[in-house]
Amino acid sequence: MFIINQEIVELTSEKLRQHFGEAILTEEVEMDMPVYTVKKEIIVDLLRFLFDDEILRYRFLTTMCGIHYPDNKQQFGVIYHLHSLENNQRIRIKTFTTIEDITIPSATAVFAAANWMEREAYDFYGIQFPGHPNLKRILNVEDMDYFPMRKEYPLEDGTRQDKNDDFFGR
Amino acid sequence: MKEDIQKNIDPGDVAGSEIHEFVTLNVGPTHPATHGVFQNVMTMDGEYIVDTEQTIGYIHRAFEKIAERRAYYQILPLTDRMNYCSSPLNNTGYLMAVEKLLGLEIPKRVQYMRIIIMELARIADHNVCNSVIGVDTGALTVFTYMFQDREKIYEIWEQVCGSRLTTSIGRIGGFERNWNEKTWTLLRKFVKEYPKSLKEFENLLMRNRIFLDRTVDVGAISAEKALNYGFTGPNLRATGVDYDVRVTSPYCSYEEFDFIVPVGTTGDTHDRFMVREEEMWQSLSIINQAIAKLDAMDDKETFNADSKAYVMPAKEKVYNDMEALIWHFKQVMGEIDPPKGEIYHAIEAGNGELGFYIVSDGGRSPYRCHFRRPCFIYYQAYPEMIKGNLLSDAIITLSSMNVIAGELDA
Repeated sequence: MFIINQEIVELTSEKLRQHFGEAILTEEVEMDMPVYTVKKEIIVDLLRFLFDDEILRYRFLTTMCGIHYPDNKQQFGVIYHLHSLENNQRIRIKTFTTIEDITIPSATAVFAAANWMEREAYDFYGIQFPGHPNLKRILNVEDMDYFPMRKEYPLEDGTRQDKNDDFFGR
Repeated sequence: MKEDIQKNIDPGDVAGSEIHEFVTLNVGPTHPATHGVFQNVMTMDGEYIVDTEQTIGYIHRAFEKIAERRAYYQILPLTDRMNYCSSPLNNTGYLMAVEKLLGLEIPKRVQYMRIIIMELARIADHNVCNSVIGVDTGALTVFTYMFQDREKIYEIWEQVCGSRLTTSIGRIGGFERNWNEKTWTLLRKFVKEYPKSLKEFENLLMRNRIFLDRTVDVGAISAEKALNYGFTGPNLRATGVDYDVRVTSPYCSYEEFDFIVPVGTTGDTHDRFMVREEEMWQSLSIINQAIAKLDAMDDKETFNADSKAYVMPAKEKVYNDMEALIWHFKQVMGEIDPPKGEIYHAIEAGNGELGFYIVSDGGRSPYRCHFRRPCFIYYQAYPEMIKGNLLSDAIITLSSMNVIAGELDA
C-alpha cells in the first residue's frame, strides 16, 4: 500500500481547486491513491502547474495509458500517474474525451517521457495528441488501419478458417 | 573532433570546412550487438552519429489486449515474457498487484520466500547485463563465466516451479507448493559459492585498463534529463538520484531488511556498470538475511495465504473433500467476483519501477491491465545519449542500459 501524505494531498486538492476551479470534475481517494478527473482542455496547464509548484513538485511521470469505455458518452480516457519524489506522493489524473473529437493536448512539453507513451495510446486507441512532435504508430505495423485495443475490436481474428474452437471452452 | 561535428552539421556548408557526407547505417533488428530485436537507423558522419531513428515493436505480442480476456491467474504466464531475464520479478510484482486489488493478507513466511526469489532474479538480470557490457567491449570470457552462476539460479527456480527461464513462479496468495529439501540445499550452496564467483568477475573486468577507457564518460545523461525521461532503476541511480521503490514504498516486508542503495555520479556507462555490480552484492546480502529469518521461524509449512476464494486447495483435498472440490470449481469457472475498483502497484524490477495498473469491473478478467514497463520508457532517451558519439560507444551505451526487447514491446 502506498502511504498517503495527508498534508500534501490536501494542499494539492486546494491548489488545484483554487487554480482550475470548475475544470476539476471529481476528486476522490481510490484505495491508496488520490484520483482527479479533469477536463481535457486544461490538462497540459494542470501538469505544468503541478510540475512548477515549489511545494508539490510532481516532476515524475510514472506512466500514462489510454482506456475505452464504449458505454459512456466520453468514451476514451487517458490516465496519468504522477509522482512527487520529494514528498513521496503519487496521484492519478484522468481525463476523458468523446469519439467525435478524439484529441487530448500533448504533454511532451512538460515531460519528455510522454513522447512514446502518447504514441502507444495513439497506436492502441487512436487518440490524437496535438502538439506531439512525431505521432505515429510505435508497436504495431505502420499500415494498420484499425486501433486494436478498442473494445469493439475482438481479441482474435474472426475470419480465420484454420482453427475450429467448437470443442474448446472459451 | 566531436566539437567540429556539433558545429558543422550542415553538409552544404563548404566554405572553409571539411565536406561531411552522411551515411545511413541500419543497426537492424537482427544484429548480434543489439541484444534483442529492435532497430536503430543511424545517420552517421564517418564514425560519429548524427542522429538515430528507432523502431520497436518487432516482438509486440499484445499482452494488454490478451490480459483483458484472461482470468487473473491466467495472466501470470504473460508477465514472464516481459523482462525474460528476470521473470520471477515480473511474476511476483503482478501477483502482488492482484493481491492488493483483492485485499489478501500474505503470511510473513511467504513474503520472505518471495524476497529470496526476487533477489535471485535481480542477481541473474544484473549478471547478464554486466557481462554483456563486457562482451561489447570485446571481453567474451566473462560472459561464459557468469552464465555458470545463472545456471545455478536456474536450478533453484526449477526446483520451485519447474521452469528455468519463463518461470510463472508463485500463485495468487503465495506459491503452489512448499519448497523441497533440494531447493534449500541448492540455495545454501549458491550463497556460499557466489561471492567467490562475483569477485572473480570483478577482478577480470572492474579495474581493467581497456574496460575503463571504453566505459568512462560514455553515454552520460544528467539527473534532470533522466528524471524528465522517466528513468528508474540502475540507470537513474547511476546519475545520482537514489530512487528505489523498495525503499520509498516498501512492499513484501522489505522494510525489515538492511541494504544499501548504490548511487553513481555522472550517469555514464561505467557508473551504470558499477551500480549494477554493487546491487548484486546487496541482493546477496538480502538473500542471506531472508534465509536467516526463515531459519529462525518455527513455521516451516505455510506457503500461501489463507484464502479459500482465491488460493487453489491442495489436489488431495480436492479429490477427497467436498468443500475443497466446490471451491476449486468456483475458482476455475470464475464464479468468484473480485472487487470493483482500480489499483496501481509498483515493484523494483531489474530495470526500474515495474508498475501494474489494473482496472477491475468485478468480472473474471481485468477491464484494463496496463504494464508500466521501465525499458519502454527509458529507451526513448537513447538518441539523445548517443548524439555526437562514436558508433562503438553507442553500442556499449545500448548494452549498459539493459534494454530487453520483451519488456520494450510486451
